[in-house]
Amino acid sequence: MPSKEKETIQLRQGTLDLIVLRTLASMGSQHAYQIATRLQQISDRLLNLNQGTLYPALVRLEQYGWIKGSWGITENSREAKYYAITKAGQKALSEETERWRKMTGLVERLLQEEFQP
Amino acid sequence: MKHLRRGMRKFFGLFTNSRTEAEMNREMASHLALLEEEFLRKGMVPAEARRQARISFGGVEQTRIACREERGLPFIEKLWADIRFGWRQLRRNKITSAAAVLSLALGIGSCVAAFRLIDALLWRPLPISGASNLYVLSRQMTGLYGRPAEDGHWATPAFKLMRDAVKGQADLIAISDADRTDITWSTDDDTEKAHVAYVSGNMFPLFGLEPALGRLLTPADDRGPGLNPYAVLSWDYWNHRFGRDPHVLGRSVHIGDQTFEIIGVGPRAFTGTENGTITDVFLPVNVNSFATQDNITWHRTFLMLNPGVNPATVLEPLRQHLSAINRTFEGQCSECLRGMAQAEIDRHLDQKLVFKPAGSGISDLQKDYRRFLGVLGLLAALVLMIACVNVANMMTAQAAARAQEMALRISIGAGRRRLVQLILCQSALLALLASVVGAFFAAWSAPFVLSLVNPPDNPARLALPADWRVLLFGFGLMLLVVLSLGLLPALRASAVRPVAALKGGDDPHSPRRLLRGAIALQIAFCCLVLFLSSLFVTSFQRLQNRPLGFSTDRLLLLETVAGKGQLPVVWNQTAEALRAVPGVDSVAISGWPLLGRIKINSDISVNGAPPSSTPAFFLNVSPGWLSMMKIALVSGRDFRLEDTSPGAAIVNETFARTFFPGQDPIGRTFARDANRPPNKIVGVTLDIPDHDLREPNRAVFYVPFAGIDGKSAPTVENFATFVIHTNTQNALALADSLRQLIAQRHNGLRVSNVTTQLDLVRDQTIRERLIAMLAAFFAAVALLLAGIGLYAVLNYSVLQRRREIGIRMAMGSTRAGIVRIVTVDVFLMIALGGCAGVALGFGAARYVESLFYQVKATDADMIVLPAFALLLTALVATLPAVLRALRTNPTEILRAE
Repeated sequence: MPSKEKETIQLRQGTLDLIVLRTLASMGSQHAYQIATRLQQISDRLLNLNQGTLYPALVRLEQYGWIKGSWGITENSREAKYYAITKAGQKALSEETERWRKMTGLVERLLQEEFQP
Repeated sequence: MKHLRRGMRKFFGLFTNSRTEAEMNREMASHLALLEEEFLRKGMVPAEARRQARISFGGVEQTRIACREERGLPFIEKLWADIRFGWRQLRRNKITSAAAVLSLALGIGSCVAAFRLIDALLWRPLPISGASNLYVLSRQMTGLYGRPAEDGHWATPAFKLMRDAVKGQADLIAISDADRTDITWSTDDDTEKAHVAYVSGNMFPLFGLEPALGRLLTPADDRGPGLNPYAVLSWDYWNHRFGRDPHVLGRSVHIGDQTFEIIGVGPRAFTGTENGTITDVFLPVNVNSFATQDNITWHRTFLMLNPGVNPATVLEPLRQHLSAINRTFEGQCSECLRGMAQAEIDRHLDQKLVFKPAGSGISDLQKDYRRFLGVLGLLAALVLMIACVNVANMMTAQAAARAQEMALRISIGAGRRRLVQLILCQSALLALLASVVGAFFAAWSAPFVLSLVNPPDNPARLALPADWRVLLFGFGLMLLVVLSLGLLPALRASAVRPVAALKGGDDPHSPRRLLRGAIALQIAFCCLVLFLSSLFVTSFQRLQNRPLGFSTDRLLLLETVAGKGQLPVVWNQTAEALRAVPGVDSVAISGWPLLGRIKINSDISVNGAPPSSTPAFFLNVSPGWLSMMKIALVSGRDFRLEDTSPGAAIVNETFARTFFPGQDPIGRTFARDANRPPNKIVGVTLDIPDHDLREPNRAVFYVPFAGIDGKSAPTVENFATFVIHTNTQNALALADSLRQLIAQRHNGLRVSNVTTQLDLVRDQTIRERLIAMLAAFFAAVALLLAGIGLYAVLNYSVLQRRREIGIRMAMGSTRAGIVRIVTVDVFLMIALGGCAGVALGFGAARYVESLFYQVKATDADMIVLPAFALLLTALVATLPAVLRALRTNPTEILRAE
């Protein structure tokens, strides 16, 4: 389904999981709002997703045992649930990253072949 | 791995739903607060900041649902919601639901109970190894009165010949019936009853049975009388008689005139091969004195194929081989053929040996009760079907009443699958509740019916475990009930066309068509139940009211044994002593009681001719017995003290007609065999049923109790029955003192069994009484259920058609006209269903004809009675609906529209 706003991209199935994992791996323990903010920052607002969309992904990742949530206090003393990547999560991240690279490399090659002639 | 972990979490998530839900709300609230703060920092006014925060976050409720679906098992959660909804539906109509559950429970419980009995008696494999390789041998021949007969009992010498002949291909096993026998555990005269079976030594090893204690009999133990007199107890007997005391090993038990040492206890599951009787004591075949007799057939013979052989190729050659050996044995058995005419010898030798699978055990109870249990199962199934139709009707009506709700659900986007699931959930709930109640009913009723199967002093016993077979059956039944209840209403409901239903004008005829079909079905089943039960009840009544021709009033029977036999004079002195006891009116002696278990036939030879092919049955009686039993003498006189046997005889009218046609039998003579001394007929009595109430009267002759041998010396009697006419209604009250009196005389006589003549007559009709009782019960239930069903359907149809009825009334339709349109199709359906039921009844009756006594399915009154009962029920059931229709107020109805 084409997006109404030409500037933004739709996330593909499964990519959000990878992004969340990657964020947690590089930034350490984060709560959902921080993850969402970080996503918007690095995507340069290209990726305009509702922040609520994160939650099903968080539930899913927690059920896989790749991340673990615990309650904590933010710097302006509000309670929030912080998510940290687990050991299984680290391993899954490297596997998923590998898979992603293979995938995109393959797609990239295919696309180039198609447009060369 | 990750999916497994996730699945587990999802599953456990089902139970911790509310906690995680609360946590999720907390987390999202904090997220929104953080966002709101961010926007406030950017200088928005609070209201705008909150709005922007919500916009950035997206739909809170959608997020919540998305998480829920991600976290849990949405299918199960939906199912759970449907179950809760179904439960609320059921609770909304408490009385209807309770009636539905109870009627289904009765049906399911009866079916499961019938299955338990059928399975335990007929189908369940014996708990032995190689049950599927076990066969039983029997001989098909022409029996008494030229009827085809089958004899499953064999003489031990014939068994041994056959056993040796098939060695290497198969094993033969001898097992006697477990007869109720007097046994003594201590040395004094303290006897008790136990079921004793004689088995060949190879039985335990071939059946692969392991002892629970000690060791079991082996072929080496089975050598002969006095050699290795060892006995094995069954686990059941060890348990209830000895409380599983291990010191029972080595104890001795006296059975007959022999003493046996207990060497072991059999495995818990094995109760013998005779379904309906639990064997208490196993003895070796060869210790029995019958084992050497050529002409006494007394034990069954089983054939165990060696494992791995193909029955299809082996059985027939084996059968022919054994058949040939049996024929040779019979032909050479001089004792068996003594005194027979050549034609009779030929007839006797014309036997066919057959094998029958015996992996589920073999017993007379199976033969007697196979059809009975078939009927029981059929009746239970019919009642369940009637109950199912009722409940399905109820649900159809409810579903029709909910057509608007369904339409609404569909139009706001509920899937039709979900609707079907909703209704199936409701029927599953009903079936589940009914199964639970039904399980209790079955747990009680199966042993209850079983306890009524045999005379109270020797009840039938069957292991009735609630194992996987029963559970599987119950589960299958429940599934069937769920489908039959829910499928039709579910499909109907999901076929609702929302537009039509919401406008309030769905096709008014379609649910009624379905309900009408249901009525016809229900009436057909009900009619079948009524028809069969009227046959059984009439059978029982006719059997019970059969004129006996002898008295049963205040007659106490002491079945007495004398170990090595006693002379008639001893028996007479004992009778004299009994006569002196206060409360005793008079005493007589007969060899055995009328209508008891014993019957002995004898060949009759008139004027030295070879014996006739028609046998006669006899009974030895003391003088005064005939008058005590009030058996009328047609001519001649009773026995006198000086009469002896052989010597004098009294015959019944059938005997006189058979052997002395057209002559006065008084003064004529007959012999009990070609070469035996003659008996002179001194009297003629009326016919009485002497052995079986169901059989026509037979030729019977009585001989004096005082027997003499060839040299006119008195002969001893091993057993006889004292017939005591008491002057109290409760004849059994005297039994204990009389039993003690006999024991105190120390003349070798001992009372083995006490009963009354009335009980013996009652015992004759046990099966018929039981089936009449059960059939009447099922008929009442069926009638009640059909009545309720009819009432509900008609009531519903009047409610549905009240607009039409109102319009008709407004247009001047007469009351008769209204009654006609309300009831005409229902009675049409009743007539249709009734005819179908009677047609089914004729078919079923042919199958169970052997259970009838002097009734035929074609007797007019057998059909009139059920038809009348059905019509009456229909009238009562339709009355409320008709009255409701007549009370319809056209103005009200039409104004309400």
